[in-house]
Formats: sequence, structure tokens, C-alpha cells
Amino acid sequence: MMRSSRPSPFHLVFFLLGALMLLFVVAPLVRITLDTSTSELADAIHDSELWGSIAMTLRAAGIATLISVLFGIPLAYLLAHHRFPGRSLVLGIIDIPIMIPHSAAGLALLTVIGRYSLAQKAARPLGIEFVGEEAGIAVAMAFVSVPFLVNAAREGFESVPVRLEKVARTLGATPARVFVTISLPLAWRAIVSGMVLMWARGISEFGAVIIIAYHPMATPVLVFQRFNDYGLPYARVAAVILILVCVVGFGVLRFLSRPAQRETG
Amino acid sequence: MTLELKSIKKSLGAFDLPGLDLTVNEGEYLVLVGPSGVGKTVLLEIIAGLMPPDAGRISWRGNDVTRHPPEHRGFGIMYQDYALFPHMTVIENIVYGLRAKNVSKTEARLRAEATARELDILPLLERMPPTLSGGEQQRVALARALVVTPDLLLLDEPLSAVDVRLSRRLRGELKRVQEELGTTFVHVTHDVREALMLGHRVGVMLDGRLRQIDTPAKLFREPSDREVARFLGMQNIFAAQQQEDGFCEADGVRIHVGRRENGYRHVWIRPEEIILSRDSFESSARNQFRCSVVDWDYQDVLVNLRVAVGDMTLNVLLTYASFEKLDVAPGAELHATFKSSSVHCF
Repeated sequence: MMRSSRPSPFHLVFFLLGALMLLFVVAPLVRITLDTSTSELADAIHDSELWGSIAMTLRAAGIATLISVLFGIPLAYLLAHHRFPGRSLVLGIIDIPIMIPHSAAGLALLTVIGRYSLAQKAARPLGIEFVGEEAGIAVAMAFVSVPFLVNAAREGFESVPVRLEKVARTLGATPARVFVTISLPLAWRAIVSGMVLMWARGISEFGAVIIIAYHPMATPVLVFQRFNDYGLPYARVAAVILILVCVVGFGVLRFLSRPAQRETG
Repeated sequence: MTLELKSIKKSLGAFDLPGLDLTVNEGEYLVLVGPSGVGKTVLLEIIAGLMPPDAGRISWRGNDVTRHPPEHRGFGIMYQDYALFPHMTVIENIVYGLRAKNVSKTEARLRAEATARELDILPLLERMPPTLSGGEQQRVALARALVVTPDLLLLDEPLSAVDVRLSRRLRGELKRVQEELGTTFVHVTHDVREALMLGHRVGVMLDGRLRQIDTPAKLFREPSDREVARFLGMQNIFAAQQQEDGFCEADGVRIHVGRRENGYRHVWIRPEEIILSRDSFESSARNQFRCSVVDWDYQDVLVNLRVAVGDMTLNVLLTYASFEKLDVAPGAELHATFKSSSVHCF
């Protein structure tokens, strides 16, 4: 008999290292939550500044995500489907926002959506102001988080077997019809998970947001401001509530977008 | 002629189609056979319009369709893995093409059901493709392709994803459907038997070239060259030197082949027409050689026995009964006898 029931030293070492990795992620989150008393949390229920900030942050990140879908999905589809010269350059460009310091990203954005920029002049007649406004926050969030959406959607499209699309063409479907009836439904789960990722990343953005707008205060900025002005205990409550909102929110979204269990006849 | 390919060229990675000409007749079942990796799928995709050729012309009923998009060609394709849409039920798969052509929902449903009945998959209509067996998937794919009444159906290794028994049944199905509908079929495969059983004509593709295209009978009667003959599984092919007296010399053995009109460079001695005997005997057969048994193996219902005639190794096909009666061991001395007419020269 093989001693298959006893774990090998190799597995023990990996288990230990893996567990430490997990602890590293979980410990700060658990600790900050446990350090916050229920009375502090109860008081925070009436903290309208905090809730207003959370609502605005979720909304701005949501709008950033939805608008990015309109432009990001076509880009993702083209990148998944076509091998054109400069494709890898485009792939590299998409990833730039992830790699540069986000405060620098904010400054760079300011040069194209600043008060006297072309974009601002074009947007003003529509009643949209960027600097110091929620629209600007959404732009900052979009800039730093859109790679998550584009990459996830691209991988989703890439995972659709090309033959399905080819067969659909021979059955008489135009490229647009193939996209709507085959590519999009089959990549949909990946796209949704990319949207969730982008939204989450947008909500948590601090660096770029604070450059574009200190006020209205996005929650990460609010947490920073309270920590700066009043110290850890006061900032901690806001932080814990934002963490809880995110964890619960994304838990729910993950649950809703889990693979569908279709009838197996 | 229905479909005509003129010097189609395509290079794609390691694959190279150096210029292919092919004519397919209306209502024909044409099978292209060749080893895996000679780009048979690429050729089908070029015909379907799913991939542009680097050069060359494709015409359909006299019209140049080289630049037409696939949805305007009306050629169906069926892939080896069937490529069923996994997020749609069987019926949704089948009506897909009809809906794309703006056939109304109710009519599409009726036509899909008629086709499904024809292919005996009516009970499957509400199932999801991943829950189907290989044979069921194949029928669904066939139904999906046929329901739009394509002028031409391209089949890419349609039988290689299922086991031998099922493949035999599906082969019959394909033949029957093609005969009933009269749709032009172009089928590619690596399986010689499949090609010979299904094709009205069979094209042998080697190294990206269409080496010979003929009826199965003619392919065996007159293979164009040694490689084609080898690929078709023909045994006992030898390079031969034609001599004046009705003999030829192959591997140092003088074989009587009779007077042949044309020059030839190869002989093929049909393995099933060689008689093995313990003693020599008088007969009208002009070729009789002493030989010794090398080894043997079992092939389906026959035994393939190899015997050495000098430097030449001959394959001989025997029934089990004859093999047992002969009762030989390796090294046993026998006589191999065959008629001149059993030798094909080319």
C-alpha cells in the first residue's frame, strides 16, 4: 500500500507557506474590525458625511465602470480576435495605469481634464465639470481601473472557441450578429467579473482621485483625512465600514455571477 | 461543375498550400484524404470564406466568390468537434441559421423539427449540447448545417471524434443523407477507408498538393505514383525496371508482367492474389518463386504473411483457414505463385 493518506513533507511545507500567505491578507482586516467596538459602529450609522461619501464613491465607480464597458468591450474584442501589427503595444498600453504611481496618473489626467483643457471645454455645455466634482472622480477611477475590465473581457473573448463563430458565419450570421449571439453571451461571465473587479478597484482608488478632487470626498480620501486630522480610532470606523461594504457587496456579486447550473436533461 | 478552385495558395505557419486546383461537381460526395497536418481544414475554411487565400480564385456556378463573406456563400461547415453553441439548447442550435436568415420563429421551429425527425434527434431538442454523446452531437451539428439547405456542405474530419463502432454507423448516415438530399459534400479526412467508402471521388492530398483525384476503384487500379499508392495502404509496391521480353526486374527478382503499352517504373503485386503452397505446381500463372516465411500478423479477418523472395519481401494476405492449413513456422520454405495480371505496373 502507498502511504497516500500521509501528506509528504513537500505538501506540509507548501501548506505552511500558503497558510502564512493567507494569514497576511486576513489578519489586518480581522484585526481592524475586531478593534472597532460595536458602539463606535452604532455611532457611525448616524455619520451622514461618511454614508454620503460611500454612496458617492460607489456611484462614481459604478458610472466609471458602465461608461468604460461601452468603449472597453469593443477594444477587448478586437484585441482578442485580431492579430494586427502593434497589438502587443496596445496590450502594453492598456496595462500602464496599473503600473504607474496613481498620484502621477492623477496629475497626468489633470493635464487633459483640467479647467482649461479641451475635454473640459467640450463637457461644460453638457453641465459637466471635472476638477473638484464627482465626474472628475469617476474619470480618475476609470483611468486607474479600466485595465481590469479590458483584460478580463479580452480573456473572456479569447476563451470563446473561434470555430463557434466561424460556424455561425457559415450559417448566415453577419459579424455583428455573431458578436451579439455567440461571442458576447459566452464571454459574459468574464466581462461581468471584469466589471466587478473594475468597480472594486475604482472604489478603493485614492491617489488619482485626491489629485482631481479633494472635495467631494471619496471614501478612501475621507479615511485619510480623518486619520490625518483626528487619528486612528476615528478613521478606523470609516475604514471598517468601507471594508464591510466592499466585502459584502462583492460577495453578493460573486454569488450572483457564479456559473449557472443548467438542467442536464 | 459547381465549385472550382484555381491555383489557391496559402501559407500559414508551417503549413503551405502551393497552388491547388480542384473541381467539385454538383451533387457529388468528394472526399479529400491526406495525413494529419496537411492543411485540409485550412482548405475547407478557404472554401467557406472563413479565411482568405493568399492567391487564387474560387468560383461557384460560374461566379467568382473569392471575396464573398461566408454568410453570403451558402456553404455549410461541420467541424470535427461539431462546434455546437454550448449556451443554446439543441433546438436553438438548429434554428440558428434560419433565424439569421430572418425566417420567422414558427417556421424556423417547424423546419428544425422536420430536420430533427429526419436525423432521429427529436427527443433531444431541449437538451444542452454538453450533455449529449458524441454521436448525438454529430447529428445535431449535421441538422444545424442541413436545415438551412446549403448548396455545399464542408465536413472536417466528421467521424474522427467518435469510437470505431459509432463511426461506422455515422458513416452510413452521412452517405444516406447525402444521397437523399443530393447536396454537394466535400469531406476531408485522414482515414483512407472512410474516404473510399464515402467518396464518389477521392482526392489524395500529400504535402499540400492534390496528387490524384479519382473514383476509389480507379485510385486502386491506377495510382498516380508510389507515394499515393503507399498512402492508400497498398502493399507490395516495388521500383521496377521494365525489360523488353515482358519481364521486369524489381529488388533483384525477375517478374513476368506481360507486354505493357506504357513505360512504367513501379509494380504493385496484389497481396490477396498471391498463392502460397508447400510444393511447386504447374499452372497458367507465370510467376512462381521459392520463398521463406519471415513473420505474420493478424488483420481483421485475414492474416498478413511476409515472405522473402531473395531480397524482396512480399506481403501475402491469407484467410485464417488457409493460414492454418499451411501450418508454417518462421523460416519455412514455400512457393509463392501469382499471375502476370495480378501485377499492376505504373
